[in-house]
Amino acid sequence: MVKKFEAGNYDVIVIGAGHAGVEAGLASARMGAKTLMLTINLDMVAFMPCNPSVGGPAKGIVVREIDALGGQMGRTIDQTHIQMRMLNTGKGPAVRALRAQADKVLYQQMMKETIENEPNMTLLQGMVEELIIEEGECHGVITNTGATFRAKTTIITAGTFLRGEVIIGDLKYSSGPNNQQPSIGLADHMRDLGFDVVRFKTGTPPRVNSSTIDYTKTEIQPGDETPRAFSYETTEFITDQLPCWLTYTNAETHQIIDDNLHRSAMYSGMIKGTGPRYCPSIEDKVVRFNDKPRHQIFLEPEGRNTKEVYVQGLSTSLPEDVQQQILSTIPGLENAQMMRSGYAIEYDAMVPTQLWPTLETKKIRNLYTAGQINGTSGYEEAAGQGLMAGINAARRAFNKEEVILSRSDAYIGVLIDDLVTKGTNEPYRLLTSRAEYRLLLRHDNADLRLTDVGHEIGLISDERYSRFNAKKDMIDAEINRLKEVIIKPNEATQSLLEEAGSSALKDGIRGTDLLRRPEITYNHIKALIPAETELPGDVEEQVEIQVKYEGYIEKSLQQVDKLKKMENKKIPEGIDYDAITGLASEARQKLREVQPLSIAQASRISGVNPADISILLVYIEQGKIAKVSG
Amino acid sequence: MEFDTIAAISTPMGEGAIAIVRLSGDEAFTIADRVYRSGGKQLQSVPSHTIHYGHIVDPKTDETIEEVMVSVMKGPKTFTREDVVEINCHGGVVSVNRVLQLLLREGARLAEPGEFTKRAFLNGRIDLSQAEAVMDLIRAKTDRAMNVAMNQMQGRLSRLVQSLRQEILEILAQVEVNIDYPEYDDVEEMTLTMMMEKSQYVRDEVEKLLKTSEQGKILREGLSTVIIGRPNVGKSSLLNSLVQENKAIVTDIPGTTRDVIEEYVNVRGVPLKLVDTAGIRETEDIVERIGVERSRQVLKEADLILLVLNHGEELSDEDRRLFEAVTGMDVIVIVNKTDLAQEIDLEEVKQLSGDHKLVTTSLLKEQGVDELEEAIASLFFDGSVDLGDGTYVSNSRHIALLHQALQAIEEAIQGAEMGMPVDMVQIDLRRTWEILGEMIGDTVQESLIDQLFSQFCLGK
Repeated sequence: MVKKFEAGNYDVIVIGAGHAGVEAGLASARMGAKTLMLTINLDMVAFMPCNPSVGGPAKGIVVREIDALGGQMGRTIDQTHIQMRMLNTGKGPAVRALRAQADKVLYQQMMKETIENEPNMTLLQGMVEELIIEEGECHGVITNTGATFRAKTTIITAGTFLRGEVIIGDLKYSSGPNNQQPSIGLADHMRDLGFDVVRFKTGTPPRVNSSTIDYTKTEIQPGDETPRAFSYETTEFITDQLPCWLTYTNAETHQIIDDNLHRSAMYSGMIKGTGPRYCPSIEDKVVRFNDKPRHQIFLEPEGRNTKEVYVQGLSTSLPEDVQQQILSTIPGLENAQMMRSGYAIEYDAMVPTQLWPTLETKKIRNLYTAGQINGTSGYEEAAGQGLMAGINAARRAFNKEEVILSRSDAYIGVLIDDLVTKGTNEPYRLLTSRAEYRLLLRHDNADLRLTDVGHEIGLISDERYSRFNAKKDMIDAEINRLKEVIIKPNEATQSLLEEAGSSALKDGIRGTDLLRRPEITYNHIKALIPAETELPGDVEEQVEIQVKYEGYIEKSLQQVDKLKKMENKKIPEGIDYDAITGLASEARQKLREVQPLSIAQASRISGVNPADISILLVYIEQGKIAKVSG
Repeated sequence: MEFDTIAAISTPMGEGAIAIVRLSGDEAFTIADRVYRSGGKQLQSVPSHTIHYGHIVDPKTDETIEEVMVSVMKGPKTFTREDVVEINCHGGVVSVNRVLQLLLREGARLAEPGEFTKRAFLNGRIDLSQAEAVMDLIRAKTDRAMNVAMNQMQGRLSRLVQSLRQEILEILAQVEVNIDYPEYDDVEEMTLTMMMEKSQYVRDEVEKLLKTSEQGKILREGLSTVIIGRPNVGKSSLLNSLVQENKAIVTDIPGTTRDVIEEYVNVRGVPLKLVDTAGIRETEDIVERIGVERSRQVLKEADLILLVLNHGEELSDEDRRLFEAVTGMDVIVIVNKTDLAQEIDLEEVKQLSGDHKLVTTSLLKEQGVDELEEAIASLFFDGSVDLGDGTYVSNSRHIALLHQALQAIEEAIQGAEMGMPVDMVQIDLRRTWEILGEMIGDTVQESLIDQLFSQFCLGK
C-alpha cells in the first residue's frame, strides 16, 4: 500500500489533458482559479489519436463557438494547420464550415506550451486512482503515487482511457489509445461510486509512410486559396499548405475483407462495445453496403515533419496481416509501408443522463465530467464540453452562478442538452441535423452569439470585447443605412443589374430589398451605393446574410421565442415525481432519472408526452399557489 | 405553446340545437374580428360581457358560413381569465365545424383536451382543491382523444401520411448527407429543381388528402344518401322517421328543378343529405319515376344507399336487380315491416347483402330505428368512436394539421422558386414532415439520423 501524502490545494483539478481537459483547465485558470491539470503522460497533451483534422460540418462551428467564448482550440489550430478548407460553400450560410488538417505534433507542442505559460496553471504528470468523496461531495484526488490533491471542484476528462482495451484482429490487450497506459483504478472507482457505465467502441485506421505512396494514382485535394481562420483573434495566416489525396477501394479490397471477416474483432464477437454508425470500420461498410463497388479513401499527412499519412476511410479491427493486404489492393498504396496498424478500442463511458446541464454529476457534488468519457466522439465535441465544464467548475469554486448554453445559443448547447436529456446509445457525434435552429447557429455569427457570454465570465478581454462591439455597431449601422437608401433606376443601376442577370428596376428600391434578390450580392449594392468608408469583409458578410435571409431568420427566432417561454418555466429542485398523480409511469421514471431543470427540457425527454407536460405544469403551479396561500 | 389563442367546440356534438365555438387567449378578439361581419362592428371595441348578432364569413371567399350570436368577454372576469369569445351557431354540425376550421386557419390553435380548464387553473381561476381533478381530466381526455385519433388514423389515411413522411424523410436525409458529408461522392447532390419537384408532389398529395379525407367531407357537405326500394316497402316512412327524429332542415336549393329537394338530417353526428326525396314522396318509386338511367346516375353520386326490402313479401327480381345496381357501394340493407308475417327469404337476403350491414325494422311500430341509426354512424366511424366531443376534436385536429402542412410545403416551394439555398428550403420541408408527424403522433428526431445512416454508407 502506497503511503498517501498531502500534495497541494487548488480551486479546480482537471484529470486528463486531452482536448476536453485542455479547454477545461485553460478556462478555469484564465478565470482566475488556481488550477491543477493531471495527465498520465506529459508528452501526450492535446494528442490527436485519430484523424489529423479539426472542424468540418457542425464541428467547425463548435470550434468557432469555443473561440467566441474564449477557448483555445481555434487559436492553436490556426497556427498549426497544414491545410484549411471552407466546406459547403455552394450551400446556404447556415451550413458552411471550416475544416483544418492539423500538424499533429505541432498542435500538441503549441498547446502544451500555452498551458505551461498560463499563470494560474500547474501541469503535472500523474495517474489518478481515486477521488476524495465526503458526504456526497468531491474534495480532490489521490494519485497512484499517493499524492493527495485537494480542490473545491474536480473535472474528469479521461477520454477513452477508462478500462481501455485495444483490439487488433484476435489480439486484445489492456491499453489506452495509441498504446498508452490505461486507467483501471479510476474506472473501478467510478463503478464503486455507483455511476452507470456503458462500454463503447471506436477505432482508427492504419498509417502509412508517405515515401512509399504512388501519388500519381490518386487525386489531389488542395486547401483553399483564400486564407481562413477559426479564431476571431487570428491575424496571421498560414499560406504554405499541404494537399491531401483521394483514392478508392475496389472489388479486390472487398474480397479480401470478405474472406477474412471471421478474423475481424467486430464480427468474431470479441468486441462487445457499441460503435458509432457515422464512423464505421471498413469491414462494416463492406458488409452493410455490399452493393457499393468502391469506398473513398483520403490520404491525410499527419504533419510537416513526419512521413506518416493517415488513411482516412480504412478504420478497422482486422488483423495486421489483413490490413497490409488490404492496403496493397488500393491504387497508390500497392507498395505502401504500414507504419502503425489500425485498431479498435473499447472503453468505459459514463451514461450522460447522470449529469446536470452544467456537466456536474448529479450523484456527487463538485464533480464534473467532460469529453469522450460522456459518450461523445470527436475532438471538437470534447473541447466544447471541456470548456463548459471548466467554466462551471471555476464558477462553482467562486460561488458564482452556473452557465448553461441553450439549444438556440450554440451547437455546444445542443450537444450538452442532447447528452444530459436523451443520453446516447452510441458514441455521439454532432450533426447539423441535430440543431433545430441551425439557421441561427451559423459559422459566421458565433461571435455575435457568444462573445457577450465570454466577456461576462471573464474569458474575453475588454480589448477584444470593444473590437467586437465596434463590429456589431458597424453591422447594425450598415443594415439601417440600406433600409433607408433608395437605389434609383438610372443607367448605372440598370446596366449593373443586367450584368448580374437581374431584372431592371421600374421604380426606386430600398437597398435591403434589392439585396434580397437571390442573384444580388453585397458587392453589387456596394458598387451602387457605397458606404462612407469601406467596411471590413466580415461586416459585409453579416450584412448580406442578415438581410438576404431575414424572412427565414425571423421564422427561426419566433420558434426560439416559444422555446424561451418553456425554458423560463423552471421545475423546482427536488420535485417529487412520485407525488404527482396522473403522470404515466414511463414518464415518471424518465423524469426521475433526468431531473430536467425546465419544462422545455422535460418536453424533450423521450417517453414524456404532452399530457405529462400539462400535468407537470399544473402540479408546479399548484405548488406556487400552495406557497402563497400557506 | 403556452398562452397562444386556442379554439374548440365547447358543446357536445350531434346533440342540441345550438353549438358553441369558444376562443380564448390574447388574440381572441382580433381572430374573431377577421371572420365576424355585422355592419362595421368590431368585436374588439364593444363593451365586455355583451352579446352580438352577425354572420361568420370566410374572408378569403366572402362566403357566409353561419348566422351567429357572439358573446364577447374581456379577461380576467372569464372562465379562463383570458379574453374569451363564444360563437353560438345554429346550423348544426356542418357549419359549426366550418366556423372552427376558419378560426384555426385565421390563427387560433385547436385546444388540447381539457386546455380551457387547464388555463383556468394556471391563471388562478380554479382553487387548489380542484387541481387534482384538473390533472385527472387532462389525463382522461387526452387518452380518449388519443384513442379516437388513433382509431381514425388507422388504415388508409395513416398509411398515406406515413408514406408521405417517408418520402419527405428521404429528401431530408439526402440534403443532410450533402451538408454533413460534403465530400461523400456516392449521393447525388440535391438540387433546387429536384427539391421543387418533390415538394410539389408532397403539396399535391397533402391537397388530395385534404380533399378526400372522408370525415372532412362529411363534416362539410353531409353524406349524400339515397333511399331505394320497390314501391310500398316503406321508403317514405323511413324518410319521415329519419327526418322527424332528427329535426331536418328543409332547404329549397335555388336554381335546381323544383321537385329536387335535399334534406339534411343529423344522425348521431353523421350529417346526411337525403337526395331526391321529393321523388320518393310523390311517386313512392324513384326507379320508376325517373327511369333506370337517371337512377343509376343518382346512385353513382351517392355516398350511402339505404336499400329497403319488405319483410312481408317474397324477394322479387326487381329487388335482386337493386342489389346488382349497388354493387361496390356503401349500402345498408333494411328489411322493413317486421310487423307483417315473414314471407321474405332472409337467408337469400343475407347472401345478397354480402358485407353490407343488415337491419330489420318495423317503421310502423317504430322498431329498429335506433339500430339503423347505429348502423349509419358505425359505418362511418367504425362503431368504436364515441360521438361526444372526441370525434370532432380529433377530426378538426387532423384537418388543421393538414392545413398547416400545406402552408409549410407551400413556403418550401416559394423558397425554391426564389432560388433560396437548398438548406433553407429544407427548413420548411422539415416543418412539413414534423407537422405530418403530429398527425400520427410521431415526431421523434432520431428517425432522421437513423435514415441517414441506414440509407448512406457514411464515415471516415
